[in-house]
Amino acid sequence: MLHIKCPYCGIRSQKEFAYGGDATVKRPKLNSEVSDKEWDDFVYMRKSPRGKHTELWHHISGCRQWFKAQRDTTTHEIFETAKINEEIK
Amino acid sequence: MTQSHRLNNIGLINRNKKISFKFNGKKLFGFEGDTLASALLANNVHLVGRSFKYHRPRGLFGAGIDEPNAKLQVVINGQSEPNINATEIELVEGISATSQNCWPSVEFDIGAINNFLKSFFPAGFYYKTFMWPKSFWYRVYEPFIRKAAGLGVGSTEKDKERYEHKYEYCDLLVTGSGPSGLASAYAAAKSGAKVILAEDKPRFGGSLLTDDVNIDNLSGKQWADKIISELKEMPNVTLKNRSQVFGYYDHNMLVMFERTGDHLEKKSKYHPRQRLWYIRSKEVILSTGSIERPIVFGNNDTPGIFLASAAKEYMKVYGVVVGKKPLIFTNNDSAYETAIEFKKNGIDPIILDTREEQDTDLINDAKNQGIKIKFSHAVAVANGYKKVKSAKIGKLNSNKTGFENIETVECDCICVSGFWTPTVHLTSQSGNKLKFNKDIDAFVPDKSKQKEITIGAANGSFTLKETIEKSFESGANVAKKLTEKEVNIQVPSVTEKKQKTHDKFWCSPLPKNENPKRFVDFQNDVSVSDIELALREGYRSIEHVKRYTTLGMATDQGRTSNLNGLQLVSNIENKIVPEVGHTTFRPPFTPVTIGTIVGREVGHHYMPTRKSPMHEWHIKNNAVFVDAGAWKRPRYYKQGNENLLEASKREAKNVRENVGICDVTTLGKIDIKGPDSAEFLNRVYTNAWMKLPVGKARYGLMLREDGMVMDDGTTTRISENHYHMTTTTAQAANVLSHLEYYLQIVWPELNVNVVSTTEQWAGAAIAGPKSRELLKKLFPDLDVSNEGLPFMGYVESSLFGVPAKIFRISFSGELAYEINVESDYGLSTWEKLMELGKELRVQPYGTEALSTLRIEMGHVAGPELDGRTIPSDVSLDGMVSKKKDFIGKRSLVKEAFIKNDRQKIVGLVPTDRKSSIPEGSHIVSDKNAKLPNPKLGHVSSSCWSVENNNPFSLAIMKDGKNMIGKKFFAVSPVHKKTIEVEVISSHYVDSKGERVRS
Repeated sequence: MLHIKCPYCGIRSQKEFAYGGDATVKRPKLNSEVSDKEWDDFVYMRKSPRGKHTELWHHISGCRQWFKAQRDTTTHEIFETAKINEEIK
Repeated sequence: MTQSHRLNNIGLINRNKKISFKFNGKKLFGFEGDTLASALLANNVHLVGRSFKYHRPRGLFGAGIDEPNAKLQVVINGQSEPNINATEIELVEGISATSQNCWPSVEFDIGAINNFLKSFFPAGFYYKTFMWPKSFWYRVYEPFIRKAAGLGVGSTEKDKERYEHKYEYCDLLVTGSGPSGLASAYAAAKSGAKVILAEDKPRFGGSLLTDDVNIDNLSGKQWADKIISELKEMPNVTLKNRSQVFGYYDHNMLVMFERTGDHLEKKSKYHPRQRLWYIRSKEVILSTGSIERPIVFGNNDTPGIFLASAAKEYMKVYGVVVGKKPLIFTNNDSAYETAIEFKKNGIDPIILDTREEQDTDLINDAKNQGIKIKFSHAVAVANGYKKVKSAKIGKLNSNKTGFENIETVECDCICVSGFWTPTVHLTSQSGNKLKFNKDIDAFVPDKSKQKEITIGAANGSFTLKETIEKSFESGANVAKKLTEKEVNIQVPSVTEKKQKTHDKFWCSPLPKNENPKRFVDFQNDVSVSDIELALREGYRSIEHVKRYTTLGMATDQGRTSNLNGLQLVSNIENKIVPEVGHTTFRPPFTPVTIGTIVGREVGHHYMPTRKSPMHEWHIKNNAVFVDAGAWKRPRYYKQGNENLLEASKREAKNVRENVGICDVTTLGKIDIKGPDSAEFLNRVYTNAWMKLPVGKARYGLMLREDGMVMDDGTTTRISENHYHMTTTTAQAANVLSHLEYYLQIVWPELNVNVVSTTEQWAGAAIAGPKSRELLKKLFPDLDVSNEGLPFMGYVESSLFGVPAKIFRISFSGELAYEINVESDYGLSTWEKLMELGKELRVQPYGTEALSTLRIEMGHVAGPELDGRTIPSDVSLDGMVSKKKDFIGKRSLVKEAFIKNDRQKIVGLVPTDRKSSIPEGSHIVSDKNAKLPNPKLGHVSSSCWSVENNNPFSLAIMKDGKNMIGKKFFAVSPVHKKTIEVEVISSHYVDSKGERVRS
């Protein structure tokens, strides 16, 4: 079970969190022209990298804030977590 | 029966307390402090079970978790449990154990015929034999294999014991209380670090209890006792015996089970039997020690053959001798201690050492005590069936591939030592790769992946002086990192006997013209010839050899067999062991009861239960409940001998004719506040929200980005910047996360806050033609006329002093209202509704009637909104705005979604107007077509229409809009039903929706 540092609450057990997928995906702007491919890429296509992955987590049984975490997908090491409006180095 | 093999003045047992127990029906005695194994051996009982495949007689072999054979069916406290290791269970009064895998008895076992047919049971026998014909598998082969295989019998009765879970955090967890564990835990504890020391055995001390060592002029046991008594006094230290750390997971989460009950003769009602610990430790020291490995020889599985260390432990800890004419067979010095211990207790052993004549402290000790030693000798074959009677031994030739001579010596036990294997299971589980250490012929930990270090014998250090010194240093270093305190501890002086290196000899050659089985893995009956066969058949990867032969796959995880198996493969392949590699260790390190893993989450504690404030009323009024997620909802209120269908018909009919009330507390409720709330709703829902006036509710539909309907519900504008959203019971949590996702990540510029208020409000739906009359009685001062409170209207009022929210919304399709009051007033409000509605013939209705009402109205719910339907599929395209953008809109124009023959919701009635159509039925045009019969759609919801008094269903059907009036078949192989159906409109009742506006 992972130990995850919520940027608002501090280190908590994985039990309190829900995984939210790739954090680098950007939703196309409302009312913009979007090609089929762009839209499909946004809705369906995800990379499954080996190694560093910047992803979303939701502190669902805690402060209910979404945040970013950079995790190694092979070792589960979490290098850094950040608020949504902060950058991960 | 007397304890014929009990010694008088040695051991840590309490001879003043005699304990009786039963083994295979026979009453025997042992002492307090015995294990079941030591008590059996004290009574000279060796034969404890039959082997898995060949049903060969098997005896005790180890003295702890290394034991591969003695898995017994044990009755403790009246509960029967299979596969209990006799070496790990403590003797308590009244315990009763029986042998497994034998019939009719362990002494005479029919299955032993397999032993004579062994040439027909080679490696991969099952794979080769039971392959064809395919049809035999379920009827013939599987039942046969299941009957023949398996060890004990699981109980079918409810486990009456209590199991608990515990979460713990510490600075340092030390696993194992041998010399390295004690020294490191002590050093770390002295610096103030919060330390947990876990020991799987009842006694702390590990090898210190049995090794002949001297630390600060104390014996190993005395020194261990001294350290333990000091640790006990420290408030920052938790000492846990009978506690096995069996799993090492991510981020230094370790799991341990503590045996808290089985060793007690009596325990109170709430005393747990076992406790599972989740330990999150900043640092971990693995001091798991090492396990002696055997040497392989002919018939080496005969009862009476032991690991030399186990024989020593039985003497020194339990005062039991495993035999009175022992042979000691070794390739190293450590077994000499076992021989010397026998001699001390008046028994003359013979030592066979595969090495040439050696000169070390221990060997000289043995010589000086007059122990007979034969160098360059090995055991070739053990003789005896249910017990060792003699052994064929011989002098090894110069390259140790054969014997120069063979002689038979009488013996009643053989104590084997093939050197020591570090216990690296936990290290390996932590993600650490292992490396091969040629000096000790075993794998040791390589670089740490997590915050752990492995020390002592587990790290391949087999000299006590080095172990103790390094362990003090390691403990202090780790603690310094955590507490930033330096401690100065006097490292004790250690005197130990110097040892020579072991002989790389691990398998005896066969004597000429003899071909006895030589077992590598006792528990799974894997012999040298099986591994040879696997390699001949082309298996190369050690992982494949393991699976084909089942080497190391038994519950002991190959603790005594893995390395010998690897040596064999590497010898045949002419490779060195590290090239062959090793198999992966996985948790649990030792078997753990399911009860411990489940803990208190049994029965109704399996998951949390959510109850509405009206729950007690429902119980009193004969509600039959149904699970809706974690909620308990009344399904129907039983009157007399009614069944589900009768009750739901009565309740639904009463709604159509009079008035009914339904507990809708479980609906998800989300409070939405902020100046951008309207804009936010406009993006979340498919329909328009910018112009909803204050005091009005609106039905809303939300999609996922892939265009599928996510949820529906009504949202009401309470005030300028305040909305009250409702969701379905099932999707409440998902919708809240969804809203938070968009507010926090996608559109952080929107000034909106959302919070769940599901549990803050109790809700009751009032539905039926007389609902307005009932409302009038509840709120005498309120204008409840159609003009005063029109459809989709909202007002706040006082219900006999209780603030209430009144929504004019309808799920049943009737004139209806929903009242919300603060949860604490839920019950009194409900009672008031029943009281005032009495003369209007009010009745409560449950979820079954609720479904009936919405189905015959053609209102969609969970079964239609199953994550695979877009708005037009469920005829809600009218809800989709063409003007504005919203979540999922871009997906709706995808080719598959705008196809002409796209699936559509329809209504179905059976042509006989009698047969109920099972939900989940497939719709086909030809009921006799060959399989796979093309599926045209599926039945999503079914009910008995109370309005039309016949069955009615909703279905999602391909090209549904053009199917009205046509006939098909609904087939349900599960219910063995085929029903002819006619497709009609999904709005079976009041298709113009006049009632809700009346």
